[in-house]
Amino acid sequence: MSNKRLWSLLALLLVLVMLVAACAPAATPAPAADQSASAQDTPAEEAPAQAPADTSTDAGTYQIPTTEEGKYNVAFVYVGPHDDGGWTQAHDQAREFVENNVADVHTAYVENVAEGADAEQVIRSLARKGFDVIFTTSFGFMDASEIVASEFPDVDIIHISGFKANGENFGNLMGSMENMKYVAGMVAGARAKADGNPKLGYIATFPIPEELRLGNAFGLGVEETCPECTIDVRWIFTWHDPVLEKEAASSLFDSGAQVVMTGADTPAPAEAAPDGKWGITYDYQYNCTNPQCLTSMYWNWGPVYANIVDQSRNGEYVGGWEYFDSDTGGMGLFGFGEDEELMPGVASIPEEDLAMIKETYMKFLSGELDRFDVFSGPITDNQGNLVVPEGVSLKQEDLDGFKEFGSECETCMYWWNENISAELPSLD
Amino acid sequence: MRLPVDLVVEKRTEDYPKWLPAATSLAAVILAFIISGIILKLIGGDPVQVGKFFWSATFGSVATISDTLVKATPLILVGLACSVAFRMKLWNIGAEGQFYMGAFFASLVVLVPILPPDAPKPLILLAMAVMGMIGGAIWGFVPGFLKAKFAVSEIITTLMLNYVAILWNNFWIFDRWSEGGFQMTRLFERGYWLPRLADYAREYPTLSGITLHLGFVVALLAAVLVWWIFDRSRWGYEIKLIGDNPNAARYAGLNIARNIILVMMLSGALAGLAGMSEISGVVHRLQERISPQYGFTGIIIAWVAKLNPFAVILVSILFGALIVAGREIQPSGLAAMLQGIILFMVISSDVLLRYSIRLQRTTTPVTAGSDA
Repeated sequence: MSNKRLWSLLALLLVLVMLVAACAPAATPAPAADQSASAQDTPAEEAPAQAPADTSTDAGTYQIPTTEEGKYNVAFVYVGPHDDGGWTQAHDQAREFVENNVADVHTAYVENVAEGADAEQVIRSLARKGFDVIFTTSFGFMDASEIVASEFPDVDIIHISGFKANGENFGNLMGSMENMKYVAGMVAGARAKADGNPKLGYIATFPIPEELRLGNAFGLGVEETCPECTIDVRWIFTWHDPVLEKEAASSLFDSGAQVVMTGADTPAPAEAAPDGKWGITYDYQYNCTNPQCLTSMYWNWGPVYANIVDQSRNGEYVGGWEYFDSDTGGMGLFGFGEDEELMPGVASIPEEDLAMIKETYMKFLSGELDRFDVFSGPITDNQGNLVVPEGVSLKQEDLDGFKEFGSECETCMYWWNENISAELPSLD
Repeated sequence: MRLPVDLVVEKRTEDYPKWLPAATSLAAVILAFIISGIILKLIGGDPVQVGKFFWSATFGSVATISDTLVKATPLILVGLACSVAFRMKLWNIGAEGQFYMGAFFASLVVLVPILPPDAPKPLILLAMAVMGMIGGAIWGFVPGFLKAKFAVSEIITTLMLNYVAILWNNFWIFDRWSEGGFQMTRLFERGYWLPRLADYAREYPTLSGITLHLGFVVALLAAVLVWWIFDRSRWGYEIKLIGDNPNAARYAGLNIARNIILVMMLSGALAGLAGMSEISGVVHRLQERISPQYGFTGIIIAWVAKLNPFAVILVSILFGALIVAGREIQPSGLAAMLQGIILFMVISSDVLLRYSIRLQRTTTPVTAGSDA
């Protein structure tokens, strides 16, 4: 008996040794080594041609995030795949922007990082390797980012998005997407009015201030172009679930919605839209490809990140609570850009509405309008109460707070605009 | 045409040598690595680079060894959980759910709260560990009871209970204990954390960021306990007998129903302990997706380790290393592929245990074309 155990122990120790051997099989036979040398040569020659984002440890098509000597090293930690067509891809697009537009930087990413289980180890591992800036782009990375930042004072860690910062090297970053939701609301309202069906839908993720704020911004935009339109809401309790998102979209279309807007990742509303109905997608600029798609309300993190990387390199980054508005170029509406064409469903909106939409959009981009203009009175909630009187604007803490969650907001974001025909989510 | 030698495959009539299972497992793992290297090469990767990276990312420094062992900790416990059940040929596919229930029950200590954060730490941790094991044991009891009393297939019930456990957890973290509307509870106070080496970084600065926690020691002790049960206790002998030959066990007067329930509960308790160790040692709050499928990886580990508790430790460290190194290789997915190939190879290698394979010189003279 004990003999057998000894054997298995010994053998399994060998298994561990075989971990080393995993690199050995190719190291022993000479021809294999030659091949790998040539395999390494080829991409090196091609490297100048394909400029975007090459990480330094070149394992062929596979990449392992490592730092590069003499460059400023920037790492990104993603919750999903880098090409998810939504939230994460928008960040990866920004990573490429940083790689190509900031002098002497090197970027790398780690994708599909589990929020509770792996995040801390992954972020710490990047900090150990000597990355100078780490962007962690999911809410669930917040605690892990905070802990690692406290261990590595020389590494700046930027978390998108949550509610923690340490005033030094750990900061929180988010932008005022409500501006784009507002203009998208104007598009949706104009479209529904032209189609003669005043029903709209909103796929909301979690009952948090952000989702009510974005829904209300959409509703306020709808009011501008279609005062008689109403909006129904579906809660899905996830940021990314292609199946659930599609079910929610179909459910809204089935109950009569003409246009569905989403707060989640995938282009589900455009994909689920039957002929003659419309969807509005979120997060990633180029996920509005379906002909049923009106526009995508997209993030353009690139310039924002490039700015932070510069600050960090000059030793000027202070980890606080940063909330950028649309005049930074950090967001946009697909189809309205200079070298973009309007999607067919938008191009066919009556001229006067379209002109007003374009004008409002330009005002947001130039900074003439900002998020406080979106939430300026008079605003009435769907119970008939006057939430914001004429001539008054909500304050920042009102935009992002629930009293129930300990915010010091006066007019908290716990209301639905008058054209939203849904009940408030319960908070207890 | 005929070859000068025949491949003779015969069912083994006598016991195979004692070293054979370990040797075939080892060969299977090596073969899996070689196959993976070839696949990597075919898709344009560089196996040498990846291999070197694997080593440095997992055992290259004290810090990475710590990362690897932290990953191995829950794997050892779920691997043991599956081994215990499989030893009696109970197919517990529910370690994932038992893990979640363990995490949930351990959280009750914090969130009800059963004990305040300034209670004596050993008491808190003991209470959380016991609650975790109770949670897992309950989730093992249900399919065990159904199997023992009504012969309901435990494969189906344990599998389905995984989803129930995850959704049960979701209800509490979304609805009752949600922090700020998000799918997680509040951060546990430090009093509820398993001690980790990084806690002593103030006195010993080199320990900064070394997150190996007490759960690893608990996992090692659990392996010793399971070994003792299997190899030293009467109960372990009964379990094996029931698994190998239930009829003989029945004639011998063993209470099979009772043992099914007990073994399922022990299996669940071990997986529940893994859940407690993860939330108290790593995540520090109850939230969604605390397990990247540890429970299912445990099944693979139990098989690769051939149900030997000490082998479970080594295989878990190997799989922990696979996860730690694999997740850094972009695009992701390499680690999962390797795991799959290893399992496939190990299960295939069982053929060598059941059949003897040898080459035999053909005795009849070879006449070319006669068989064509």
